[in-house]
Amino acid sequence: MQHKVIDTKEVVIRFTGDSGDGMQLTGSLFADASALYGNEVSTFPDFPAEIRAPQGTVSGVSGFQVNIGSGEIRTPGDFCDVLVAMNPAALKANAKWAKPTASIILDSDTFDEKGIKKAGFKTDDPITELKLEDKHIIFAPITTLTKESLKDSGLDPKSIIRSKNIFTLGICYYMFNRPMDSTEEYLDKKFRKKPEVAAANKKALRDGFNYAGNVHAIPNTYKIQPAKLEKGIYRNINGNQATAWGLLAASEKSGIPLFCGSYPITPATSILEELALRKDLNVKTLQCEDEIAGICTSIGAAYAGNLAVTTTSGPGLSLKSEALGLAVMTELPIVVVNVQRGGPSTGIPTKTEQTDLNQALYGRNGECPIAIIAAHSPSHCFEAAFYSAKYALEHMMPVLLLTEGFLGNGSEPWKIPSMKDFPEIKAPVITESEEKPFWPFKRDSEKLARRWALPGTPGLEHRVGGLEKNNDGTVSSDPLVHERMVGERAEKVARLANYIPDLEVIGDSKGEVLVVGWGGTYGHLYTAVKELHSEGKSVSLAHFDYIFPLPKNTADVFSQFKKIIVCELNSGQFANYLRTQHQQFQYHQKNKVQGQPFIVKEIVDAVNAIL
Amino acid sequence: MEIKYTPQDFKSNQEVKWCPGCGDHAILASVQRAMPEICESLNYTKERFVFVSGIGCSSRFPYYMDSYGFHGIHGRASAIATGVKVANPTLTVWQVTGDGDALAIGGNHFIHAIRKNIDINILLFNNQIYGLTKGQYSPTSKLGMITKTSPYGTVEHPFNPGALVLGSRGTFFARSIDVELKLTQDIMVQSAKHDGTAVTEILVNCVIFNDKTHAQVSDKESRADRTIVLKHGEPMIYGKDKDRGLVLDGNKIRSVIIGEKGITEKDLLVHDAEEENPGIHSMLIDMMYPELPVALGVIRAVKDKTYDDNVRDQVIDAREHAQIHNMDELLHSGAIWEVK
Repeated sequence: MQHKVIDTKEVVIRFTGDSGDGMQLTGSLFADASALYGNEVSTFPDFPAEIRAPQGTVSGVSGFQVNIGSGEIRTPGDFCDVLVAMNPAALKANAKWAKPTASIILDSDTFDEKGIKKAGFKTDDPITELKLEDKHIIFAPITTLTKESLKDSGLDPKSIIRSKNIFTLGICYYMFNRPMDSTEEYLDKKFRKKPEVAAANKKALRDGFNYAGNVHAIPNTYKIQPAKLEKGIYRNINGNQATAWGLLAASEKSGIPLFCGSYPITPATSILEELALRKDLNVKTLQCEDEIAGICTSIGAAYAGNLAVTTTSGPGLSLKSEALGLAVMTELPIVVVNVQRGGPSTGIPTKTEQTDLNQALYGRNGECPIAIIAAHSPSHCFEAAFYSAKYALEHMMPVLLLTEGFLGNGSEPWKIPSMKDFPEIKAPVITESEEKPFWPFKRDSEKLARRWALPGTPGLEHRVGGLEKNNDGTVSSDPLVHERMVGERAEKVARLANYIPDLEVIGDSKGEVLVVGWGGTYGHLYTAVKELHSEGKSVSLAHFDYIFPLPKNTADVFSQFKKIIVCELNSGQFANYLRTQHQQFQYHQKNKVQGQPFIVKEIVDAVNAIL
Repeated sequence: MEIKYTPQDFKSNQEVKWCPGCGDHAILASVQRAMPEICESLNYTKERFVFVSGIGCSSRFPYYMDSYGFHGIHGRASAIATGVKVANPTLTVWQVTGDGDALAIGGNHFIHAIRKNIDINILLFNNQIYGLTKGQYSPTSKLGMITKTSPYGTVEHPFNPGALVLGSRGTFFARSIDVELKLTQDIMVQSAKHDGTAVTEILVNCVIFNDKTHAQVSDKESRADRTIVLKHGEPMIYGKDKDRGLVLDGNKIRSVIIGEKGITEKDLLVHDAEEENPGIHSMLIDMMYPELPVALGVIRAVKDKTYDDNVRDQVIDAREHAQIHNMDELLHSGAIWEVK
């Protein structure tokens, strides 16, 4: 067979297997190696809620999709060029994501009668049953080869079989001409205390690579040139890590120690884990007994003078609702991070959605507005978290940061910013006041922020709490005082609009259709709009990072387009919110509530339908 | 510079709005009287005090103290107080709560604050009723008690707060009665001196919805015969005439009369609040009139490391051995590459 090296701009690879097969690791190692090689990269981990669902069944299939390219990569790709399936169930669950021209790598050892039956195939021929005859199928006896490769490694049989993902990774490295050094370094570091395991895995990696080169089963290998990235130092980052680091950055800029009170919840947990590592940066993390304690310890810490955050996902935000009201009432700076997942209730916890917007906007008793900021890509979580903290501290109010499972788990290369390029953060901490006794709810005239008098400061003793109070801090149920204080709290949030950046338009600022989105759909919307634009269509994108309040120029932007289509991963929550804020426009909608990100084509089709 | 305080320094300008005759007034007075001594003995200044509460009659307490204060939401005071203390361990944090606030809606936070041994002082006002919602049974209401939500009598066994504290591996538990002003005052000082979560249960009379609920033990005439004030290192003697004592009989505590059946003071149990093994403390906490006198005073005060100490030590250690000293270093840690 003639071996061809294909130069290509973009390739999508989807690694799939049993949830115990190590596909998440395989995928991220491949992504890291590609990023280090200089490609643009976007990843999409797609895994089940069960840690180890019944082996070999479709419900236990875990996947990790990587899109690598030499040009702009903004999404993990809709369909894949290469599908790796470690067992029949993985093939069954993922065949639909393979492009018509795709190559499929299968571990043939798992395609025995038992495996095929367990995956729920009706016949003994999965390839025909899934109508994959036209695809290039590479049957490789990966389990057998891994056993053979490591038979002298000294590892026990179980550990040997566990290394088959690394053997597979070697095959992929051959296929895509990837350097293996970053992965070898990773293995050395991970198994520092077990050098025999590190050696075995490195051998499996090389043997996989060599196997692919020797057997000629792989017709084509791909070459993806490094992307023309802006000069600078880069790293890979996922959304949750970026969120944690953005909060740390705000702590450094403000000089205020960071406190995080949280309760583990998918897919937000790794923010707490990341912060727990950073005692060296004076961070205090408290793993609480529940979600309510997560936010209440944060409120206590904010009262005592920390930059306090609590991290959660949808159901956890529901539990925090009452305390969010307390943070609004006491006018304390806390950041609440909600990494959204499929709801309602427990829903589909490992899948992504944008369905908590209504909860974020309205989910509290009383009139209780809260500033809402949304992150639009894994690395943007850094900036979004930084500004959430900045505005919370400077405006003395809680800020709700919405990210998504898709962003939290997804990763991309990121040009490392310099801290000197970020603005100062000045919290209104005071050590004395003119009035005696101190008035806790006296406001500055511009932001309407109250002053932050920290316990331990002589002469500023005061009480705050959930009961309505007058500006001097005395409890009051006077009807007019209540109405005025409700108004002041709302106006304080509304005035944030004077401080946030304007809404930007990507593409022409005037035209036929404006695609409107918010949050983690950015990459897909951007790619779709670019595609439409390259076809000569008059389509632009306006993507909102600031949800409440909206940027002041929102109506100006909208008014320049004949049609507006709001695309989001829910049934129309942002569209309905825009209808309340800017009633003069008509909003088309493109919605999806499948626990999955958009496919670029879905957006393109939706726009074409109204053009 | 040493500042001398008087109880007056801790009275806020707010009008105290508890019902006339409510036991909470007495506790407020006891706490305010304890403050100067606490400040003097621990070298505290007033601005370091933070009073945190939840919801209920008792939870209005912070408004009446001229200190930093936080009136939280129902049940969550332990969590808020935990946040205050962990964020700034130099503060002295006091939580005021009731039997509904701490043991029903806030039960989870209560036991976990104790388990973590956060260095806060918890004053648990136990009046065995929901007062602010006007008379429903609480988790400490006696079995069979008739209230608005138990018109046929409750069918639930009450909590004994002290048993919950021990079950949470608590290091400090004390008990007082609203009318025992001096005892409450003394316990407050010992609570302040204790490192770790210090829980003091105070039996409180609700004059409106549960009047005389503790009368059997709190009545002035019979109180000395029906309660025992425990003091560390002293034999367990009680009674108006100091003629009664407690002995360990097999694996139970029994009340005896000194001088009868050859019993002398030497046969009595000697109170050891610092004993780590909670066995005897548990029996003392469980004592109920009329079988036995109700135990008052500091029943348990065991030394252990506090949560906030441990966190502070970890932070100091991590910073001493830090590879990462600032954000720029963190951003450049791990796998990075340069695009030229």
